[in-house]
Amino acid sequence: MAWTRKILRINLTQGSCVSEALNMEWAAQYLGQRGLASKYLVSEIDPRVDPLSPENKIIYATGPLTGTMASTGGRYSVVTKGPLTGVIACSNSGGFFGAELKFAGWDMIIVEGKSSTPVYLHIENERAELLPADDLWGTTVWSTEATLKKRHQDPLLRVSSIGRAGENQVLFAAIVNDLHRAAGRSGVGAVMGSKNLKAIAVRGTRGVGNIADAKAFMAAATAGKKVLAENAVTGQGLPTYGTQVLMNVINEMGALPTRNHRDVEFEGARKISAEAMHEKRASDGRAHLVTNQACFGCTIACGRISRIDESHFSVETRPEYWGANGGLEYEAAWALGSANGVDDLEALQFANLLCNEDGMDPISFGATVGAVMELYDLGILSKEEIGLEVPFGSAEALCKLAEMTARGEGFGKILGQGSKRVCARYGKPELSMTVKGQEFPAYDGRALQGMGLAYATSNRGACHLRGYMVSSEVFGIPVKTDPRETAGKPEMLKAFQDATAVVDSSGLCVFTTFAWTMNDIQPQIQAACEGDWSQDSLLQMGERIWNLERDFNNAAATTGKDDTLPPRLLNEPCKTGGSKGMVAELGKMLPEYYSLRGWTPEGVPTAATRSRLGL
Amino acid sequence: MQKSLHIDPGKCTGCLQCEMACSYEHTGAFNPSRSLIKVFDFHHEGRKVPYTCTQCAEAWCLNACPVEAIKIDVTTGAKVVLDAVCVGCKVCTIACPFGTINYSHETGKVQKCDLCGGDPACAEACPTDAITYIDSDWTGLERMRKWAQKTDSAARV
Repeated sequence: MAWTRKILRINLTQGSCVSEALNMEWAAQYLGQRGLASKYLVSEIDPRVDPLSPENKIIYATGPLTGTMASTGGRYSVVTKGPLTGVIACSNSGGFFGAELKFAGWDMIIVEGKSSTPVYLHIENERAELLPADDLWGTTVWSTEATLKKRHQDPLLRVSSIGRAGENQVLFAAIVNDLHRAAGRSGVGAVMGSKNLKAIAVRGTRGVGNIADAKAFMAAATAGKKVLAENAVTGQGLPTYGTQVLMNVINEMGALPTRNHRDVEFEGARKISAEAMHEKRASDGRAHLVTNQACFGCTIACGRISRIDESHFSVETRPEYWGANGGLEYEAAWALGSANGVDDLEALQFANLLCNEDGMDPISFGATVGAVMELYDLGILSKEEIGLEVPFGSAEALCKLAEMTARGEGFGKILGQGSKRVCARYGKPELSMTVKGQEFPAYDGRALQGMGLAYATSNRGACHLRGYMVSSEVFGIPVKTDPRETAGKPEMLKAFQDATAVVDSSGLCVFTTFAWTMNDIQPQIQAACEGDWSQDSLLQMGERIWNLERDFNNAAATTGKDDTLPPRLLNEPCKTGGSKGMVAELGKMLPEYYSLRGWTPEGVPTAATRSRLGL
Repeated sequence: MQKSLHIDPGKCTGCLQCEMACSYEHTGAFNPSRSLIKVFDFHHEGRKVPYTCTQCAEAWCLNACPVEAIKIDVTTGAKVVLDAVCVGCKVCTIACPFGTINYSHETGKVQKCDLCGGDPACAEACPTDAITYIDSDWTGLERMRKWAQKTDSAARV
């Protein structure tokens, strides 16, 4: 079975915590986590609802493999209507919180309404209660976790919370668990803040014991771990270098967006690369990287634990940041670095720590700083308006803006609205490097044609995790395709998007797919869950989830017209490197993509498509 | 050959596969709260340390038990709790200097590592060999080998 078959429903307006049965018909169609939580959300809220109003709901959902011995089986997703994008938001996090929620006996938590005063949810197995959080409001994620562990005399408590960014409704506020793991994107933290919900603290001692076929599951999970261990990416590359191993690779292809996508090569890339994390600093003779770290159940362990340079200007008077701490991943290093032209690894680490500490998405934050720096460069934004000088490449500006944004101080309040709103406010909407309001991650959509299409069609706005075409266009997984080529990309992207929706609904981490195919994943799901989970039914489920999300977005008035890219990517060719002269040729791919999806030329799923998928 | 669990914290990533394997072996569920091995995260030092019973030769728990509920498994050397005899008095938990024998309110008995009868599930599950099950008399062998390799010799050309 693998599901606990129980949902915890929290109504913050009424202050109620109620247990209800999981809809097993829906579980058979949507599996768990992303798929199942999305089904609940679209069935329960009006797509036109204001994301920051009490009428929006926010769902924390585990998958059937969360809390099992399947490698990486510790994921949970936060599903809501996103305030940054106005479309469905689904942000996935690792760490240990998701498994703990499952061990307490819950498949998901649905939170609705709004509390009149700050509260947190404390769960101890079947007991759940809302408790006052007035004293926690205004404090950081890190301090909230420490306070709750002390208050409940429970060092084994797992906490998922918002920092001051979520309280201040920064539109890219994240929900952070276990200090450094985040449901990062689309502003899910602002939704939590809008509801006056500070934290969820959970302790579970029931375990996951209802695996459908335990013997088959253990065999499939063990076989899966062997595949991960023997693969060059998941067995060596990611544990040694983390995701940041991409920095030099992507830069050398001319696909590293630099200075708000003005350039595609960053002259400082090497200084902020994974290799640089291993090098000993001149200042103290230590390497930046201390060790790698795993999330729950993960046998890859790509997470970074780093130590900042104590003599760096950002922390020289703040010893609280000197210890080993959550380190940079590739997307964060890119957004805080290359996107702004900043090549100071220690400054990137400090800004990253602030993002974790106060709950902000470093991708959207860093990319918005990039837009602000371009506006400043063009003379549209002045030092007086911002309160400091913010030229491209300024590490000081990056660190200061991170503090101002997290705390809602001065210009930070404007920056916290994200790139789209900042650029519109100053009359330059075309300078916002976003799709559907969400900032791009670390791959240029001109240099990698498939990624351009992936960004334009992603159901949660610009995102690398909805269909990671980089896998094929850079690594050759499962097959190598030419990043300059558009032919065949729509078909491949559809397959990637559908398969990713399956992984995101299972409790597993999408990074496993550097090594795993459906041949490795399907046996683990089939053994754990009762019912028919053949590859065909799983992939059709992935397609069903994609269309369910699309239906919601269309109803929320974000439609085919929004499946586009900023004019810079469509019209301004890459200036240098391997991608010189290229633009994103979206028009060559989008009609074919719609057709393969069974959508109208306007991007609406046809009646035949909806009926085929059981929607 | 008698074997011991050998722990190398430097290799631990904190994934908790050992805790799941232990709880699955002993309870049939994936449940770290019932694991007999615990991984501690010394976060600001960047260190993770798996910790469990080292099976003392002169075991404090065994000597303290008033009802002789802790016996030595002669094949593995493990100090094993006999559930049928244990009265849950917890005196052993006071006696153990290392905290590795603990009371379970669910069973009303104490619980500790029993080396899974000679095939420890934690060592089997560990993806990085931070936990291994090796010759008890030579747990230092690998460390010795590493230092031996560094030893210079005049004979080397």
